[in-house]
Amino acid sequence: MKVTVFYFARLREAVGRDREALELPAEVTTVGALRAWLIARGAPWAEAFTEIKRIRAAVAQEMARDEAKLSEGAEVAFFPPVTGG
Amino acid sequence: MTVRIQREDFDAGAEIARLRAGDPRIGAVAGFVGVARDRNDGATVSTLALEHYPGMTEKAIEAIVSQAKARWQVAEILVIHRIGELKPLDQIVLVVVTSSHRGDAFAACEFVMDYLKTEAPFWKKESTPEGERWVDARQSDEAARSRWERPR
Repeated sequence: MKVTVFYFARLREAVGRDREALELPAEVTTVGALRAWLIARGAPWAEAFTEIKRIRAAVAQEMARDEAKLSEGAEVAFFPPVTGG
Repeated sequence: MTVRIQREDFDAGAEIARLRAGDPRIGAVAGFVGVARDRNDGATVSTLALEHYPGMTEKAIEAIVSQAKARWQVAEILVIHRIGELKPLDQIVLVVVTSSHRGDAFAACEFVMDYLKTEAPFWKKESTPEGERWVDARQSDEAARSRWERPR
């Protein structure tokens, strides 16, 4: 499955890119599995996802929990807790 | 509802005038303006850079406004949030709620701000004498939002 992953703020700086197009293995079908798969890729994802606390996710621009399903072409985003206002 | 994400400053007076123009049902206007401070977490802040998630940020705020409109009797809700580089004294965010009566306007305005602080994708980076740092989310903001989750 192909997805595009976006990173924001401190996480964007830690992984050194604001987005990447990824071809996921068949078993990676949820947000949580994608998070684990990114960490398993090693540096810089492993450090970024473990050092930055409470990283949240969105799928199709809606907040998503780890159980949320991914679909072909999905726009997925990971980011630190928000600090606007 | 109007939700605007913009680099430019805003004029709260002009926005309020536009929002209630020609609507004699409105008896109350509640507004909130968030402003950049020169100190945060013990350090002097010289500039603030605000980043957002284009598309999702607008949708997230629209969803918050829809919840507020479902919960209180309000006429209109306006949210303007700035992005880009800001300095102390600069305005950051404006929320205006118009209603027949003040109770609904005050409550809806505070609800929108409390949810915006914890659910709308914006991130602040501060420049301090020790260098740049990302602002950490505050537990007190989570607490402010969760008040609204209790049964009324």
